[in-house]
Parts: sequence; structure tokens; C-alpha cells
Amino acid sequence: MIQTFAFYLFAVLVVASGTLTITARNPVHSVLWLILAFFNAAGLMVLVGAEFIAMLLVIVYVGAVAVLFLFVVMMLDIDFAEMRAGFIKNFPIGILIALVLLAELVLGIGAYRAGALELGVPDGAAAPIVGESNITNIGALLYSKYVFLFETAGIILLVAMIGAIVLTHRERPEGARGHQNIDKQNRRRPEDATELKTPSIGKGVEL
Amino acid sequence: MSILNSLYLSAPEIGLVVTGLILLLVTAFGGVKTSRGVTIAAVAALFGAAIFTLDLFTNPSFALGGDIWSGLYRMDAFGSFSKILIYLATIGCLIVTPKFFDATNEYRPEYPVLMIFGAVGMGIMVSAVDLITLYMGLELMSLASYVLASFARSDERSAEAGLKYFVLGALASGILLYGMSLVYGFTGSTSYLGIRAALDGGMSTGAVFGIVFVLAGLAFKVAAVPFHMWTPDVYEGAPTPVTTFFATAPKVAALAVLMRMALDPFGGVSDVWQQVVIFAALASIIVGALGAIGQDNVKRLLAYSSINNVGFILVGLAAATETGAAAMLVYLAIYVAMSLGSFVAVLMMQDKNGRQVENIADMAGLSSSNPMLALCLAIMMLSLAGIPPLFGFWGKFVVFQAAVQADMLLFAALGIAASVIGAFYYLKIVKVMYFDDPAGVVEGRSDTSRWIVLAITTLIVSPLGYLLTPLLGDVAARAASALFFVV
Repeated sequence: MIQTFAFYLFAVLVVASGTLTITARNPVHSVLWLILAFFNAAGLMVLVGAEFIAMLLVIVYVGAVAVLFLFVVMMLDIDFAEMRAGFIKNFPIGILIALVLLAELVLGIGAYRAGALELGVPDGAAAPIVGESNITNIGALLYSKYVFLFETAGIILLVAMIGAIVLTHRERPEGARGHQNIDKQNRRRPEDATELKTPSIGKGVEL
Repeated sequence: MSILNSLYLSAPEIGLVVTGLILLLVTAFGGVKTSRGVTIAAVAALFGAAIFTLDLFTNPSFALGGDIWSGLYRMDAFGSFSKILIYLATIGCLIVTPKFFDATNEYRPEYPVLMIFGAVGMGIMVSAVDLITLYMGLELMSLASYVLASFARSDERSAEAGLKYFVLGALASGILLYGMSLVYGFTGSTSYLGIRAALDGGMSTGAVFGIVFVLAGLAFKVAAVPFHMWTPDVYEGAPTPVTTFFATAPKVAALAVLMRMALDPFGGVSDVWQQVVIFAALASIIVGALGAIGQDNVKRLLAYSSINNVGFILVGLAAATETGAAAMLVYLAIYVAMSLGSFVAVLMMQDKNGRQVENIADMAGLSSSNPMLALCLAIMMLSLAGIPPLFGFWGKFVVFQAAVQADMLLFAALGIAASVIGAFYYLKIVKVMYFDDPAGVVEGRSDTSRWIVLAITTLIVSPLGYLLTPLLGDVAARAASALFFVV
């Protein structure tokens, strides 16, 4: 009973916030609706027993991607009114794409009714430990069988980070605006930066 | 297999990663002034990795190699051979780089670090015996390459090349990944052994789709026609030393992966992919040859030349035999020497103000302003054209021999006929250098490290290279037999 109730609650909220994401006038509101949609989708994932994916949705999509979107929307000077101006012009193409998607959906449902696809038999390399949760199972595989690849993935992310910094970071010459002396910044201690004063009542502070 | 064994057999990668991380710390704390030291250290590390791989290759106790990291990675003669080629090519590219950025003062110590990580990715790729390992290695290599392509930040063309390479490379990765997911879905396994067993037991249409998508994704990475469109733009826009790198090491890695993929997991169903490879080979030879004719930028011309050469290498794969695989490896080794040599020669062509000369018409008069450089470049061009006394001929000879032995006479005849078209534009460069009225633009700039690389590659490509044939043939045969070794 409670599952059914939760399902309908999450499902209605996903659809509603999804609709509001694309109809909201203010782009910042759009992103906030999107975050709500992600949260509710995570709730649906919990209901089907995929708690790991639910957590990924919250951590990766809400935590990183959505916040990134927010930053992009707030920092870039995009004229959204102008972007919307082409709506009528592009309407026929949009309808066409919608029709293609609808046809695909109908085909997909038809194929689903016709019976399951003949897939390969899993080779058992990633067979789950029965009675353990998803997260335990994933962890057990990731840190034993796939540890080499796990480390490689780390190196890939490191390379991406090096790339982003190499391509965008510009060393500012000393004295110029934005110049950083990291060593000096690191050596700075709280006592050099702040000073505690206890002014007596009724008297000002000499700064 | 024990963890120590795994660590030992994948030591080239692990050693390079550790060196890369240490050098990264050095660059982070030391800044731009460490460039020279970091480059030297990177070359030394790659050289060490090459020596260690050579030891694994020659050590008889590892003759059959071994699957390590719970069947994700295989150390065998094939992987070691490709890795040695990759490391040597990367060393060559690193040595000739720093001088190039002198004019703009843009050389930074991150460059060799990215090269090292790229080499690690390529090493993982060629040793992969699991789809996931393959993808990880490929992405590591690709990410490093995207950044390297746009390394010259003051040059708009470099940024454009990087972006183009990134978008199209991401698309190729997507296609490859889609194919992999289909193959996994219809065979139930990501390991090459499992896929082969499942495919040999009967194949569904879905698996055929998967195989074709995987091959298409890899064809993108090796720049085989019809997935070659990005090559001329990226090769032209990227800084010349980076182009040198793209034309050598990643090409070896991607072709080696394609070989292992086609002959190991899909080896039992070669009739499915053979037509695809035959088409790609012939189309690459023809398009590569015809496309180069109208080019007036030497980097674009060499890009088409690399497409053309990939076509010849794929001829060996189309044969789907052990001789074919060995012939491909021989060709690959010769191709790396030719490609490295010709790009280094292009790198050395500068005008009076130290700017790079890339226009073919401006190369007129090189024979009088710098006869040695002109001679080396002429040897490279004639060798790429496959003119007999030079070593480039041997590569073409062995791949077509393999095709003929596999009873593909018509295919071989078409390929040989098309290779004649290619000779035209190689000869055009020689003609411009030697017989056109000097344009008075080009002046070679001498730089010992570049001369060393150019001299070594020229010696390999020259008729003296034939002394290497027994050794190269033997080594390539051993590497190829590892591919056909059934556990």
C-alpha cells in the first residue's frame, strides 16, 4: 500500500517538475525544478531496489551536474528570450522529431509484446553475492576483480583535470591583477591575518 | 594469478604512471622552468619502459604471456611488440618537441606528463583482453590527445583542432561503446575469451550489429575511410610535434587494438567483418591517394598519406591469417619510422624568421638551402610511395603477399593499382624541392636532437633497412602468433 502511494507521489512529482523545467520563464527556476525532478527520480530508483543508482542520482546529478548548470546559467549572459524566439519557426521540426519518437515508442512496445530478445547468457564473471545489497556487491567487484580498471579510471580523471588546467590557467605576472603566490598564501597563518581586540565600552577601535 | 605476478607483468604501465605522477608534482611545484628536466625524465621513463617490455618480450618464460588482473589484461608478445613501437614513437616525438614552442614560449612541463599518460593508455589498450579495459585505455589515450592537440594556446587553429578532435573522438567513443554494449548483451561476456566462445557457438543478428559498430568506432580512431574526415583538419591545426605524435603512436595503438579485436574475440566469425575491412582498406587507399593530390599544405598532405597507409595496413588484416597479422606488424614498424621521419623533416623546415614552412610551394629550393634535409625528406617521400630500393616497399610487399596467399587476388590487384596513384603526390614534393625555381623561403634550422631522430629514421627507411628484415620478420611473426594462440 505504502509503496503504491510512494510510487504515485514520486512519479507525479517527476512528471510535474519535468514539465515545469521546460516551461519555467526564469532559467534559474528551470534548474531548480530539474533538481526536484532528479530527487524524485532517485526516490523511484529506491522503490525498484536500485539504491546505488538512487544515490548516484543524488550525488552526481543533483550534487555536481545541477549545481554546475546553475553556475552556467547564472554566470553566462545568455539571452533566453532570444533563444525562445525561434520557437514558432522550429515548431514543425519539433513535431517531426516528436512523431519519430512516438513511432519508436510504438515499435518498442510492439517488440516488447512479441517476446524477449535472445540475449547471451551471462558468463558469471560479475555474479552477485546472494543476500548482499547492491552496494556491497558493486564494492566487492570494484575493489577486487576490477581494481586495475578502477585505478585507470582515476588516472583518466586526473588527465582530464590536468587538461582543463593546462588549457585555461594563465599565470599572472607579479603585480598584475589576479596574481597568486600560492606559497605565500599557504604560509599565511590565522594570527597574521586576524587580530583580536577587546574594545572597552563606549570607545571605538583603532584599525 | 597472484597480485605480485600481475604487478610484475604490467610493470611498464605501473612504472610509467608512477613516474607521471611524480613528474606532475614536480611541474606543479616547479612551474615552467622545470620543462627541460621533466622532458628528459619522461624520455628516460619511456625508454626504461621500452627496455622492460623488451625483456618481457624476449624472456622465454613469458613466451605464451599470461592473463593478469583477473583476466582483464594480457601480457603477450603481440602487446609487447606494439608497446615497444608506441614507446619508441613517443620518445621520438618528445625529443623533437621543445624547440618548436621556443618562438611562442608556450612549452610547459605538462606536455611530457600528458605524453606519458597517453602512452600508458595506449599500453593498456593493446594489452586489453576485456572490453572494459580496452575502453579505459582508449579514453586515457584520447583525453591526453585532445589536450595535446590544443596545446598551442595562442594559435586559433590549434584550439579548433582540439575541439574538432574532441567532438568527433567523443562521437567515435560513443559508437564504440554502443557496439560493445550490443556485443556484451548478445554474448553475455565482456572478456575476449567469453565473447569468442559465445560467438563460435552461434551468432545472432544483434551480435553482428555490435561487431560492425565496434569496428566502425575503431576505424574512426585509426582514421580509415569512411571515418577519416577529421584527420586532415586535426593534423593541420594541431602543433606539428603533436601531429607527429598523432600520426605515429596512437595510430599503432588503435591498429593493434583493431587487430586483436578482429582476430581474437571476432576471430571465429571472420567472414562477418572481412568485407567491412576489405572495403575500408580499398577506400582508404583510394581516398587517401586522391585526397592528397589537391593539397597545398604539407601537413594536410601527410594526413592523407597516413589515411592511405592505414589502408595498406588493413590489407593485411583483411587476409585474416597469421601471415597477414605479421605483415601488418612489419608494415606498422616501417610506417612509424617513415611517418616520424617525414614529420620531423617538416618540423625542421623554417623560414628566416623561424616560422614553420607548411606550404608545399614554399618548399622549392630546399635542395640548395639545406641539401641534407632535402635528401632525407626525399628518401622519406620515395619510401612512402613504395619505390623499391627503399624500405617502404618491403612493407607494401609483405601485406600484399599475405593478401595473395589468402586467395584475394582481385583485392590485392586493386590495392596495388591504387597505390600507383599515391606515388604521384609523393613525387610532387620531391619535384618541388629539387626541380622548381627556389622560392627563397625555406631554410632548414639545425638542431642536434632533431637531426638524430631524422638520421635514425632515414637510416631505417634507406636500403640499409633491409638488413633488419630477418629480425623484424621474426619478431613480427612471434608477435602475430601470440594473437592466434588459443588457450
